[in-house]
Amino acid sequence: MSLLRVEALSKEFGGVHAVQALQFEIPAQGVYSIIGPNGAGKTTLLNLLTGVYRPSAGRIWFDDKELTGRAPHHYAAAGVGRTFQNLQIFFNMSALENVMVGRYLHERCGLVAALLRFPSLARAERACRAEALQLLEFVGLAGYARAASDSMPYGALKRLEIARALAARPRLLLLDEPAAGLNPTETQEIVRLIERLAARGITTVLVEHNMKLVMGVSDHVLVLDYGRKLAEGSAESVRRDPKVIEAYLGSEAQAHA
Amino acid sequence: MPAALRTARTGGMLALAVVIALLPLALANNYFYDVAVLVGLNAIVCIGLNLLIGYAGQISLGHAGFFGLGAYGSAILTARYGWPPLASLAAATAGVALLAWLVGRPILRLRGHYLAMATLGLGVIIAIVISNEDQLTGGPDGMSVPPLALFGHALTGEKAWYWVVGALLLLAVWLALNLVESPGGRALRALHGSETAAEVVGIDSVRQKVMVFVLSAVFAAFAGGLTAYYSGFITPGRANFLHSIELVTMVVFGGLASTFGAVVGAAVLTTLPQLLAVLKDYEMVVFGAVMMLTMIFMPKGFVPTLTARFAPGERK
Ligand SMILES: Nc1ncnc2c1ncn2[C@@H]1O[C@H](COP(=O)(O)OP(=O)(O)O)[C@@H](O)[C@H]1O
Ligand SMILES: [Mg+2]
Repeated sequence: MSLLRVEALSKEFGGVHAVQALQFEIPAQGVYSIIGPNGAGKTTLLNLLTGVYRPSAGRIWFDDKELTGRAPHHYAAAGVGRTFQNLQIFFNMSALENVMVGRYLHERCGLVAALLRFPSLARAERACRAEALQLLEFVGLAGYARAASDSMPYGALKRLEIARALAARPRLLLLDEPAAGLNPTETQEIVRLIERLAARGITTVLVEHNMKLVMGVSDHVLVLDYGRKLAEGSAESVRRDPKVIEAYLGSEAQAHA
Repeated sequence: MPAALRTARTGGMLALAVVIALLPLALANNYFYDVAVLVGLNAIVCIGLNLLIGYAGQISLGHAGFFGLGAYGSAILTARYGWPPLASLAAATAGVALLAWLVGRPILRLRGHYLAMATLGLGVIIAIVISNEDQLTGGPDGMSVPPLALFGHALTGEKAWYWVVGALLLLAVWLALNLVESPGGRALRALHGSETAAEVVGIDSVRQKVMVFVLSAVFAAFAGGLTAYYSGFITPGRANFLHSIELVTMVVFGGLASTFGAVVGAAVLTTLPQLLAVLKDYEMVVFGAVMMLTMIFMPKGFVPTLTARFAPGERK
């Protein structure tokens, strides 16, 4: 059974067809990768799948519930989490608080309870803090708990976004180029992190253009080119697809040759 | 951070309580008590406004309108309709909350300059209505207000008011500190940091903004009502644009996203024009200069700059 289903999905920006008539299903298990050259429409697709953009046409179902046209917080409530290619950190908060914000859906309380700080809220806050600390540890940022987020290095911020997204306990986690801008060691750490996510049973959508990374961890690959689906299937079958080689791998291979 | 934060919280509350308790030693006469009461009332408005501007990052140039509505609403219900003052104050505050909620939904979808202009327009409309409805409000000449009666006793005299306002100020600080450290308060700060990221973790940004807008309007209306009873006389000037600017200046000077900063900002900028009595005609010039100098020399505001100086590495 599929966790997320998309039908005839399109997004147009004043004549630019960033995403065109896409149709696919994301199964409820494993790592699903979306690859494609720069400008292929990967980030636009993630923005559509999280309600950040409204589709120009088409429909989106999550867990058989239609979410087309809903605001991002409805997607979050349904169980969709994500990170951003261009970091979206709450730079006015500490690392720990960034992750605690991620717990919002499970922690939010009434205004009166918040203003008067009911004892139940104080207890929930302590639990929230403890869980946020665990998540920082899970992504390898235990040492940064107290750090002001605007003083953290880029690689750490990438993982902070993952911890924040995990804090909401998503069923589907969308990672937009989590390894972009990282050195090989950091990239390896991200790969291991993605494998541990899969082991936790979180369905992960990995958007990347680092081919090696994708081929190693993906159960399923969707290839985009100019907003359209170019190919889809197992990493192996996609790698051998002549269309893919021509549009994407070819240029990569030449670059690496 | 939990322990440190808690001490900053409790420590700050304690320090404020001590200042309020000991300040009378330095207040030589009723005139000084009067200034202190006005400081406290303005501080309550600023604490609410800072939740909106400093924490949630949403500007309002119309909060004097809410202050004025709270003041005139309380005054009119008591003076013209004979309602008990506390009931009038509660009704006026609730009415302002309702108004803020109604206008907040469409207004808070706007951002930046658009939100500034919309709140500015709202404030101007309120001020004009107050000025023009002279049957009820006395028009530009203002109206007198009966004293606040508490359990059959009229609350009169600067000294009695000092303690009441002092207690209410502590309450306002406590409420604001609690909110800021709740999931909802973190959501407000998150909106300020990245609205997209906040939405994506499940925060309904419009709803949160409306919530804090209403709350800040309630703080302003409540303090406005108290100010009316305290002064015994109100004029439409309290509701106008210039007063909105004064309030924003207090918040910015004291320090955005600092509750104690809002208190300090209100204290300094309420006292300063009183002390520099010669400058009375140039009050707005003083506010303008303070705003410019703050922006240039300490954009984070007075209290956050001071805190950073004395506790390097620690971030509030
Ligand atoms: N907000 C936007 N406004 C206008 N054009 C956009 C916007 N977002 C993306 N695009 C365009 O859509 C296309 C796909 O971009 P994007 O989704 O960022 O690609 P990718 O993430 O695969 O590199 C590009 O041509 C880009 O210029
Ligand atoms: Mg992209």
